[in-house]
Amino acid sequence: MKTDIILAGVGGQGILSIAATLGAAALNENLHLKQAETHGMSQRGGAVVSHLRIADFPIWSDLIPFGSADLILSVEPMESLRYLPYLSSSGSLVTNTTEFKNITNYPKLEKTFQLLSSKLKIIKIDADKIAHEVGNPRASNMVMLGAASSFIDIDDEIILKGIETIFKSKGDKIVKLNIAAFEAGREFSSIQKK
Amino acid sequence: MQRNLFLGVEAIGQAAIDAGISGVYAYPGTPSTEITEYIQNSKTAKAKNIHRAWSANEKTAMESALGMSYAGKRTMTCMKHVGLNVAADVFMNAAITGINGGMVVTVADDPSQHSSQNEQDSRFYGKFAMIPVMEPSNQQEAYNMTYEAFEFSEKTGLPVMLRITTRLAHSRSGVIQKQMIDENQLKLPENLMQFMLLPAFGRQYYQNLLDKQDWLLTLSEESKFNKYFEGKDKSLGIVCCGIAFNYLMENYSDGNCPYPIVKINQYPAPEKWIKKLENECDELLVIEEGYPLIEELLTDYFGKGKKVCGRLSGALPRKGELNPDHVAKALGKDNSVTIEIPGLIANRPPSLCAGCGHQETYFALNKVLEEFGDGRVFSDIGCYTLGALPPYNTINTCVDMGASITMAKGAADAGLAPVFAVIGDSTFTHSGITGLLDCVNENTNINILIVDNETVAMTGGQDSSAKGKIENICEGVGVQPEHIRLYVPLKKNHDQIIQIINDEIQFEGVSVIIGRRECVQRLSKIKKMNK
Repeated sequence: MKTDIILAGVGGQGILSIAATLGAAALNENLHLKQAETHGMSQRGGAVVSHLRIADFPIWSDLIPFGSADLILSVEPMESLRYLPYLSSSGSLVTNTTEFKNITNYPKLEKTFQLLSSKLKIIKIDADKIAHEVGNPRASNMVMLGAASSFIDIDDEIILKGIETIFKSKGDKIVKLNIAAFEAGREFSSIQKK
Repeated sequence: MQRNLFLGVEAIGQAAIDAGISGVYAYPGTPSTEITEYIQNSKTAKAKNIHRAWSANEKTAMESALGMSYAGKRTMTCMKHVGLNVAADVFMNAAITGINGGMVVTVADDPSQHSSQNEQDSRFYGKFAMIPVMEPSNQQEAYNMTYEAFEFSEKTGLPVMLRITTRLAHSRSGVIQKQMIDENQLKLPENLMQFMLLPAFGRQYYQNLLDKQDWLLTLSEESKFNKYFEGKDKSLGIVCCGIAFNYLMENYSDGNCPYPIVKINQYPAPEKWIKKLENECDELLVIEEGYPLIEELLTDYFGKGKKVCGRLSGALPRKGELNPDHVAKALGKDNSVTIEIPGLIANRPPSLCAGCGHQETYFALNKVLEEFGDGRVFSDIGCYTLGALPPYNTINTCVDMGASITMAKGAADAGLAPVFAVIGDSTFTHSGITGLLDCVNENTNINILIVDNETVAMTGGQDSSAKGKIENICEGVGVQPEHIRLYVPLKKNHDQIIQIINDEIQFEGVSVIIGRRECVQRLSKIKKMNK
């Protein structure tokens, strides 16, 4: 198996918690993993991206080649479009709908998404709202991960173990809230796909 | 075997601990910062009391590391590529003195300038100093090479450079650790004049360094880190340096590249293997992250030899970070993009955080500048460099650490008035104090704004050497106490800040205006930690 994922967002949105969860899951399963992160200047509100590669064979490049990502998982809608050249022709795009507007020329995205939906599997999810409903506004990234989980070639149970590994130091309550967020995202996504 | 999910920088930090270092010396700089942070957060390092506090700058860091080596112990100094410019004096001379305890100089280059003023290639420094350079291609190699570099340093009697780039620094992968080695005992150099570079000594030691060069080459050729891979198709021979090897292999999903390859991870470049490649193949392709160091070496000046392709020839981009797609193109593979980036996507440059004090400084300074016009604000390196971008557009320069004060002085000497320098607290103690002394000694008509957020903010909130010391330093250097002014960069103080700046413009001499309020990121980090 091989899953290449582009994680996208804005510096400070915490896409790395998604990466860390999948990383822990992959490590538990003895899978190979490479995950390139953005540190430094861009973390100050700039565009940030993480290339996450999981496979059951050794991985060479830390960067995903163009046209080969299985999934773009973005916590911000405009950022989900910035990395489209990486997506394979059979790839999917899962994005949060909450816009992060720290620039004055933020574009209207609706038409672009409409055009793309004829070519791509796209799931748009209001992860912030769902996280709020679940009772943990800070778990929107786990909602996103849940929404994307069916596109990732790792069993949900293993991802859930990854969530436990990552959040266990913060106590049982936080683990449960994050698992609930993951499951709410997964449910939203399964309804959308029908 | 248990694998740890390590960033490249974390692998290096852990390897240094496992190799028995007694101290790490560094100044923060992306992408090198997390090596030292990793050691600072390590329970083992704490238990062993490994030195791990930040230094004032890269020069003081490397000099302290050399002193620890003098005392017989293993030590590492870490910096970003431009930090090596600051430490270049001790770096070049440490190659001549050699080492006593093993010493590794870890330098993290930043091709594509993700967070830097340039993308200089530190391998040139290694060659310049004539010391061994190791360049890992993945996280496990980064661990293994760091682990072994200390012993190699002791074997050759030289500092060893470990050169990484941003991608390896900030990418994670599973890493297997080795057994921990005990620290060295305190042991003075056998020759107590080993570190004495009076010319009479220095000439001899330089000769010793020159005499080692053939041996270093042999060690490179015999190194397990340098490899020759046979290939059936001799129409092309490929030389890969460091991480570039991954980008080559990514293009062969079965792991079988048809062409012979020389994989270089240790310098001086293994001549024997490269000559074998040249002998067997019709032409050569050199893939290296950074400047075309090897390609230039191999390219025939008179054009009589075999064709050598790479960044210089145009087969690969002349600048910037490499990726698998660049290499695919150089290999003649089709990698056309199916979905383009929609044209309406806007750039999202980094910006000052909501609530950041620097904003208030710039809003006030902009108001003051309305009277005098643009083009007179010299600045420096830190978060406040973002003041060059909208909506501020306040500052005009950012060249190297500390250059705000000295460039403003030069412009003042040329007759520009009023002039301003905007410098952060940590940058001030890194390299601003000596420039301030120049200003005081000549009573330069200059207004220096020290924007003090009490931390090294841009690299993630490390301890600032300047904390609680700035007024005393300025006074000690000779700034008149009544021209050391203080304000709190809050919106409500806008008029007061303008007033202070205007007052000091009236004064013909050295004014230091300190805007002090803690970094909002650091503040929330501390709050989280205390929860």
